[in-house]
Amino acid sequence: MSLQPEDVLGIAELARLKVTAEEVPRYARELSAILDLVARMNAADTDGVEAMAHPLDEVQRLRPDEVTETDLRERFQAIAPQVRDGLYLVPRVLE
Amino acid sequence: MHARSVLELSRALRARELSSVELTQHLLARIESMDGALNAFITVTAQQALEQARAADRRIAAGTAHPLTGIPLVHKDIFCTDGVKTSCGSRMLDNFIAPYDATVVERLQAAGMVMLGKTNMDEFAMGSSNETSYYGPVRNPWDHARVPGGSSGGSAAAVAARLSPVATCTDTGGSIRQPASLCGITGIKPTYGRVSRHGMIAFASSLDQGGVMAASAEDAALLLETMAGFDARDSTCVDRPVERYASVLEQDLKGLRIGVPRQHFGEGLAAGVEARVRDALALYESLGARLVEVQLPNTDLSIPAYYVVAPAECSSNLSRFDGVRFGYRADQPVDLDDLYRRSRSEGFGAEVRRRIMIGTYVLSAGYYDAYYLKAQKLRRLISADYSRAFADVDVIMGPTTPDVAFRFGEKGADPVTMYLCDIYTNGVNLAGLPAMSIPVGFSDALPVGLHIVGNYFEEGRLLSIAHAYQRETHWHRQVPEGYA
Repeated sequence: MSLQPEDVLGIAELARLKVTAEEVPRYARELSAILDLVARMNAADTDGVEAMAHPLDEVQRLRPDEVTETDLRERFQAIAPQVRDGLYLVPRVLE
Repeated sequence: MHARSVLELSRALRARELSSVELTQHLLARIESMDGALNAFITVTAQQALEQARAADRRIAAGTAHPLTGIPLVHKDIFCTDGVKTSCGSRMLDNFIAPYDATVVERLQAAGMVMLGKTNMDEFAMGSSNETSYYGPVRNPWDHARVPGGSSGGSAAAVAARLSPVATCTDTGGSIRQPASLCGITGIKPTYGRVSRHGMIAFASSLDQGGVMAASAEDAALLLETMAGFDARDSTCVDRPVERYASVLEQDLKGLRIGVPRQHFGEGLAAGVEARVRDALALYESLGARLVEVQLPNTDLSIPAYYVVAPAECSSNLSRFDGVRFGYRADQPVDLDDLYRRSRSEGFGAEVRRRIMIGTYVLSAGYYDAYYLKAQKLRRLISADYSRAFADVDVIMGPTTPDVAFRFGEKGADPVTMYLCDIYTNGVNLAGLPAMSIPVGFSDALPVGLHIVGNYFEEGRLLSIAHAYQRETHWHRQVPEGYA
């Protein structure tokens, strides 16, 4: 498995990571090496094997639809990088 | 004072031969003088610890104490601690003051334990050497030129150096057992779902499990029974009563069937490690256990399957770090995309970025079946290997790691070399089984760990088997030179 520079940039786009032009060859090399390790999976015959999503095959619990959480908005906003009037601030999205 | 077991300390506190304040001051002084070299702590909470110790002394005096009241501990910096920095070893969370306590933290605090501080770790628990921490690596107390293992390296080093009698830790692919092995201490990763993950910063949610490090199985048992159990705030936490582990330790090993997997004694295992593990197996035989060869034929597939499942879940979990609501934010973003991308690239270190990229790739359109679905099918096969083995045996034993602690930088150049360190431990997480590592001697003056894997929810049995060994041996009482 050999990832090309455009593959690396495509993955970075999906992952919302910034990868500089100088970093691309190193990522291509390292990620390809990891995918080669992962490719060893293909040696196993998994026809008819049921996928295992969870170690104990448990199902999600349900609970009554009642309010159980208290409002922690102020505590959560106190640790945010930038807030104003109870809102999280980000760079302008619409011009 | 620091060489005493938790039970001994608990008795001394209750007999008023010792106060929690004295014990806490003694350990804080050791941390002050010794942690400069080890770097096991990210945060030392001295003032808070002394307040908690004073409260514990009052509770002991009032006669309402839990056996752990007044006993100091450290938390891996992956557990949220209300009002205290919780960094997860990352620049991303260097400024993060947790707004609530993890369930584990809350329960141990309710028992009256005293938090000395938060321990260093591989960034977001991704690593096997502690070299990926934003705060620099932890050094192994047995040899400062070597790694303590990871990702719970700070907790392991703190317990090994007797800076804290016990520690919390987490294990996604071996992160409790491997550092416990490399630092010569006792560590237990419980069954998936036994300990609440609420407030434990997520890495790979179907694999992550909180656990305990201590000098001995006896000490670990008491801590584990206090922190384990159902928690409605973790949807995967199992609703099933917790055994009183500390009360079931004394068990006869006569007739115990120990499975020895041939695949864990093959190529790649260091001779010195194998010799110590074989000695331990022989001791178990002398105590009445029987050794049975078992097969775990898909062992070699556990690392490839793990490096799909873990990065996939990591890429999803770590998407919450966006520079908007908490954590690191890049300076002067030109637009929203730039804010996301630079905050994440500057906030995460190289290994975390690699795993996010791999996880994103294997989950991307067109690749899901070939990678994630395939890995989940292998997970079924690996889990079935263990189930088959447990039809014939009570526990499975082998080496925890292929070799003793390695030198800094030794496995640095290529990420895959580091991944292969976890060959004996990864499969246990994929299957969700409980497992331990206990010290069974030395090779080249460095500790060797025995890996003991049990069937689901058999933590009590595992601890009793470890305890039986520790009654006969002194390896768990060895303290590195300079830390006695």
